[in-house]
Amino acid sequence: MFARLSEYIDGELDPAICTGIEDHVGDCPPCQAFLESLRRTVNLTRDLPDHELPEEMARDFIEAYRKVRESGDV
Amino acid sequence: MQCEARRIQTFFALIAVFFWDVAETPEAAGRVRVVRSYVMDALESDRSLLDAIRRDDPAAFEEFVRRYGGRILGFGMRVCGEQEAAKDVAQETLIQAYRSLKDLQEPKALRSWLYRVVSNACRMRRRKGKYEPQRELSLEELMPAGPEEAEIQIPDVRNLPDDAAAREEVRETVHKAISELAAEYRMVLLLRDIEQLSTRETADALELNESTVKMRLHRARLMLRNILAKRLGQTPTRTGNKS
Repeated sequence: MFARLSEYIDGELDPAICTGIEDHVGDCPPCQAFLESLRRTVNLTRDLPDHELPEEMARDFIEAYRKVRESGDV
Repeated sequence: MQCEARRIQTFFALIAVFFWDVAETPEAAGRVRVVRSYVMDALESDRSLLDAIRRDDPAAFEEFVRRYGGRILGFGMRVCGEQEAAKDVAQETLIQAYRSLKDLQEPKALRSWLYRVVSNACRMRRRKGKYEPQRELSLEELMPAGPEEAEIQIPDVRNLPDDAAAREEVRETVHKAISELAAEYRMVLLLRDIEQLSTRETADALELNESTVKMRLHRARLMLRNILAKRLGQTPTRTGNKS
């Protein structure tokens, strides 16, 4: 069961297996707490902000491509 | 339990998008419409971009950079660990991927193709850099040692402090913890949980099978949970127990 907790969180498990996990977790406070902490870990990861591409870097990339294109290496 | 029910409903809503099914409740139907709209807009947008690339539209590369540059740079930063390396990887990826996109027929494959290119670029750079020791952890090592360790709780993202500095501190702790994961686990975690690729897309990007992706994702999440439990964890208080 421990090996499949991520699949459970992601909704990728067969319903019968989900039921087995839920039945166990319902009667086991440490397992319930651990599952919740794993779920929160996933949510904290997903909450990390996206990176912005600095304008100057975007211009550098476009210029680099222009040079590659002019050299005929496209 | 309600979260899982909603996830399952959303999962089936995604299926409904592709099979043009009708949701049974107004709430689910609304979610189908939102998800369908988002998915179809993204696909149409990528399809238009691919068409422009095939036509050799002069503005297509700039659009490609603006649409994907931030994500590729972010992935590079989180794998390579420093800005200069990430910039080099991003530039190399954007140009290399762009050159081969003319041959990509299916817009749905664009993301997994793009992340395959950047993942390989990161791997090549790591080979040139300093040795990064890799240690495989067994599942048994990642299990909590006992109930007390299992019950250490991680902050809930919905209840983080209102103070921006405190929230940023939590995010920095998470970011640093991710950087401490071995690269092969970190890349799977980044692609699945940050870039939101599916298991199938992640497998294609990293040239792994799906069961390996699932195994590495789970281990990465467990390692991350254990690191965060040490740095951010709160032991639940019980009557008569110390916290």
